[in-house]
Order: sequence, then structure tokens, then C-alpha cells
Amino acid sequence: MTEPDAGRSALSDGEWHRLHPLTPLLRGGLFLVVVLGFVVANLRDRLIEIFAPWLAPGFSGPVPGDPVDYVLGHDLVLLALGVVLLVVVALILIFWMSWRFHTFRITGDDVEVRSGVVFRTNRRAPLDRVQGVNLTRPLVARLLGLAKLEVVGAGLDANVRLEYLSTANAEQVRADILRLASGRTLGESRAGGAGPATSWRSAAVQTASQAMDSLVAGTDEPEVEPASVVRIPPGRVIGSMLLRDSTVVVLAIMIALVVWAVTGPGWLVFAILPTMIGFATYVGRGTVRALRYAIAPTDHGVRIVFGILTTVTEILPPGRVHAVRVHQPILWRPAGWWTITVNRLSGSRAGQEAAEAFTRVLPVGTREDAERVVALLLPWLDDAERALLFDRGLLGADDDPAFTTTPRRARILRPVSWRRDGFAVTDAALFLRRGRFWRSLVVVPLARLQSIALQQGPIDRALRVASARAHTVAGAVDTSLGAIDLEAARGMFEDVARRAVTAARSDRSHRWFVEDAATVRPSDRRDEEENG
Amino acid sequence: MTNPTPGAPEATPSPTSDEAVLDAGTFDELLESRREGLFVRDGSWHQLARAYRTVQLISLTAALVLVAVAAPIIAAVTGTGWVWIPAGVLAVVLAVTLILTPRQIRSFGYRLRENDLVLRRGILFQRVVAVPYGRMQLVDITHGPLDRAFGIAQLKLVTAAAASAVVIPGLTQDAAEKLRDVLIAVAESRRTGL
Repeated sequence: MTEPDAGRSALSDGEWHRLHPLTPLLRGGLFLVVVLGFVVANLRDRLIEIFAPWLAPGFSGPVPGDPVDYVLGHDLVLLALGVVLLVVVALILIFWMSWRFHTFRITGDDVEVRSGVVFRTNRRAPLDRVQGVNLTRPLVARLLGLAKLEVVGAGLDANVRLEYLSTANAEQVRADILRLASGRTLGESRAGGAGPATSWRSAAVQTASQAMDSLVAGTDEPEVEPASVVRIPPGRVIGSMLLRDSTVVVLAIMIALVVWAVTGPGWLVFAILPTMIGFATYVGRGTVRALRYAIAPTDHGVRIVFGILTTVTEILPPGRVHAVRVHQPILWRPAGWWTITVNRLSGSRAGQEAAEAFTRVLPVGTREDAERVVALLLPWLDDAERALLFDRGLLGADDDPAFTTTPRRARILRPVSWRRDGFAVTDAALFLRRGRFWRSLVVVPLARLQSIALQQGPIDRALRVASARAHTVAGAVDTSLGAIDLEAARGMFEDVARRAVTAARSDRSHRWFVEDAATVRPSDRRDEEENG
Repeated sequence: MTNPTPGAPEATPSPTSDEAVLDAGTFDELLESRREGLFVRDGSWHQLARAYRTVQLISLTAALVLVAVAAPIIAAVTGTGWVWIPAGVLAVVLAVTLILTPRQIRSFGYRLRENDLVLRRGILFQRVVAVPYGRMQLVDITHGPLDRAFGIAQLKLVTAAAASAVVIPGLTQDAAEKLRDVLIAVAESRRTGL
């Protein structure tokens, strides 16, 4: 792609622009197909009679009450054609009007979309609160070379959608939005592309820097994709889906039901069938999603791609991850697989199908894969903190002092996992480890922590323990830990409360390029502030 | 959108400047669990207004009376006996709440620290939560008719996490407004991203 003017595309110059002209066709396309299908279905016999009379020997003579006969019989053909024409013209006009009035603009501070002919809506999203940008290409749109762009905002139903743009334009607009959101003006983005681009990335990220550099030169080239740092072989995808706890349980129930159905009343099959289909769909969707999965660093955050028929490319800017969970179901343990889930602001309504998709950032991967993904999501973790993840955390020894675990006197509360359940606090993050058989470890970046709470009931009090809960934005990751020694819990409460304030104060990731500080650790920054 | 320079203490208003209005007409001793719980006993917590106990007792008693009056009427009108079961359960729950509420109210405390607000509550089930001022998205004050009659207001803080659930139920209206102004001023000077 040739860039005319310092990386700023014509679409993001602060003026109002229209979406792709084919938009109404795609948005209203389903409706038209339904109408067409309805007409064809109703006129099936008539059409066969007209175009292939030898196929309909039994069909002869007018049927009373048939509108087509009425029209033909009363010389109203012209009128009927006129009405049809009028309807078609009106539809086209409506579509055209709605397209004309559906405009967007991208200024230095926000993305704005206005639409509607009679009832006008206007939605504006501030760029420094952008939580991510998703590019979705459904199958039909992809055939036409179109894509829809979704700017994820912070809030319920706070997303701004631009559907549809041509793929090249969508990529360009996304790059512009991310550049603007990062705090760099579009003009300086070209000049500054090489310099700051390398500084906030961690060492693990640099493995893919070759692909990255080509991206910096032409982010808008849809064919140029950064090399994924994780590859998932198809066998592992299928194996991981089959070895999920839920899959095993459902399969067991189904086998029992089938046996019962075969030996018992036959109607049971009909009761089981919908469940089976539903479950197969669920497994199939997960598998398909994971089959074409890629995650890679870019200049403006982590880029995650998934989906075969409907391709979704999302970019998660730095500092938009509120909690990370590395988890291993018990059946994955022999294979050494892990999965990673995050808490983030998805900006969509609760219960939306895509919501689950955007929280699982690594469907399945080896320990190395998981470490690489965590390094992408939380690039500011230092070596000691990274060690807390696996070496001293999930795979650590029971008596490793890095984690403060449940005291022996309270082991009745956690009979199996009391040596494993524990926490560790660093300047930048809170680590919560849970489980002996279903192992998981949660990392909460303190710069994103909303508040921290301790709780204690009467049993806890008798055993001198308490439970803690780190409050983050709502999501699939549970950020609580029970049965902590009382003194340790109090210390952790004060510690986390203090460090969270420091970390949040020095956090600059909402405009991640203004001060090139996304990877500077809170402690370092505190020193800088005191010195300067 | 510009952010205030971090680490400039002379510009940040202190949350602990004027506390007299927060302590006017409140309880002056926190009720603790017999065995040492979550809290270290060190005093210096702000407490709820005494009038809030009156408000709670009035509304709970009113509910209890309502149940006691409504149950026989419904039983007489419908001529069935089953209505006594839910009515009885409700009455017991209300009576227990009525007994526990004054103690719970006296166990509630909050403290304005330099960088965060700390709340504690509960005797049997204790909870303490710390909310950094910079995380507050909005401050809500609500009061019903009975609250107004006794000069009581409820203050609610909202952060980006629903679980924070920071509600201070029974402040005097002066204290609530004072607290709101202080919190907003302090939050503004410590504003952070999400």
C-alpha cells in the first residue's frame, strides 16, 4: 500500500465519510433473500408450469383465488409489474438514503458515527478509552472484499461499529485509530515508527520483530500478517476439546442415555438428539475457532486472529488486560497443555456469543506457548515475576516461600489444595495460585485493580484466616482466594492497596505512546518522579 | 485531554482536612467481634449517624406490623391456612433482622486515608475494602422520605468493578455532601485510567 501523506489515510482526516456502497446489500441482504425465497416458494408450481411444463403434467387450469391468475385474467400485468417496480425502487431508495446518512469520522480525540434518516443516532467514543479494535470478516462480506470494524469502548454496549468497509480501508482505519489512540499524531507516526516501536516490547516479543517491522511499514496490507508466536497443531485442538472436563461429563451422560434409550423406551432418542446437536455445535465452534488461531505482537498491542469462515482479527492495546488466568484442566495434565483467559472490557452486551471468544486468548498451548502469550499480554513482567508464573508458581514446590499458602491449622478448609492455594505480591502485580489437580494461576496487574477486599466469617475467624478478593472489571477470571493466614491477609491488603495506587498513578497506557512508559515498572517510575 | 502531573503533592487536596462534620451525630465506638477479626483495634474510624438506627428500626417495625396485619386479613378473605407459612417465615426473618440491625450499624466504619477510602462492616461476617480515590467513576447520594425526615442520606461509590460494592448507608446529610465533595475533589486530583 502506498501511503500518500505520512500514514494518514483519507478516511481519518477528521471529515465525515461514508461506508462502503455495498453495505446496504449486506445488511439488508438477508431480508431480500428471505423475501425472494418466499416468492419462489409460493410460485413454485407456477414457475415450473411456465418454464418447464413437461415436469408438471397434473397441473392444469386456473386455481380459484390465485392472485397470479387474477392478474393474468384481468389484464393487470402492467399494473402488477409497475407495483413490483415501485416497491423495488422504494427499497433501493431507502437503502441508498440509509447509506447516505450513515457516516463516520475520526478526529484526534474520538471516533464518531451517525446514522438514521428519520431517527438519527450519533455515537462518539473517546480514543483514550479504546479497549481494542476488532476487524470481523464474515464469509459473504469476505467474498466481496469487505470487513466490519468494531471499536471496543469501556462500558456496556459501548462499541462503535463501522460496517462495512473495504478490507484495505478497514485495515487503514484501524491502524489510524490505534495510532491516534496511542497519543501520537498521525503526522509523526511515520517518523517515529521505528524508534518507539522497539522500546516497549519485551524480549519475548522481539522474536517476531521481523514480521513486525514489515507491519510498521504497511500495517494496512491485509496480506502481511505478523508471524504468530503460537502454533496450535490441529491434533492438539481436537484433543484439547475432547479432554475438557465438560466434554467428558457430557459424553459420559450421553453414553448412559444412549444405552438407556436402546434398552428402554425408544422415544428417548428424540429427547437426547437436540442436546447432542447442541453440544456438537459447541465443540465444533470451539474447534474451528482454535484451528485458525494466531497471536502476535504489533506496534499497538497484541493481535489475535481466529475463525475460519468468519475471520476475526482483534487488536488489544497495551494496558487493557485486567486479569489473566493460566489454567489446566486435570485431563490436560499428561499432555502439559494450558489455556489462558483474560478479564477485559469487551464493550458488548452481556451474553453475546462473541464475548466468550474475546476472553479466551489462548485456547490450548504448551507451557512455552503460555509463557509467550503472557509475555505479550503483560510485557512489563520482570524475570522474577515471570518465574512466579510457572517455575515457582504453577509448577513450583509446595514449600517454596514465594507463595504464602494456607496455614496448616486451616487445612480443613482446603483439604487437598492447602499447600497450593496461595498468593504473592510484587510491585506490579498480584499472583493468586489455586488448586492441586485443576491448577490455575491468576495475575492481576495492580495498575488495573479497582479495589481490594478481605472477608471473614465465623469459621474463618476461629481458624484465624480470611479470604481476599481483588476487584477487577467483570469477566470469566475469578480473582479471589480463600483461607489465607490472618496476619498475611492484613499485610497483603495494605500492601496491595498501597502498591495499586502507585502503579495506577504511574500508568500511562491509556495513551501508550505519549510517554513511552508502558513497560517501565511502577517502582522505576516512582524513582523518576521523585528525582524529577 | 491532559492529565495532571503525577507526584505533585502540593496540588493534591488532602482527604483528611476537615473531619468535624463527618463525626457530628455519629456513634463513637465501633462494635467488634469478641475474638479478634479482620480489624486491628486502633480507633480512628468514622461511623454512621445515630439517627440511621432509628430510621432502620422504624422501617423494620413497620414491615413487621404490615405482615402481622396483612396475614390474618388474607387468611380470613381467602379462607385458607397456607398463608401463615410465608407470613411466619417473613416475620421471623424481620424479627431477627430487627435484633441484629443496631449491632450491624454500629460495626460499620470508614476511613479516609491519603490515597484510598477504606470501609469495614460486620461482626459475624466481616468485610473490609479499600478503594483508591482515582478509581471512583461516580458518587451517588440517595435519600428516601423517611431518611429525609431524620436527615439521613446514603452514599454510593461506583468503580469499574461491580464487585467493589461500596455503599455507606447512613450518613447525616451534611456528612454525605461533605464526603461527596471531598471524594470528588480528591478523585479528580488522582484520576487514573480504567
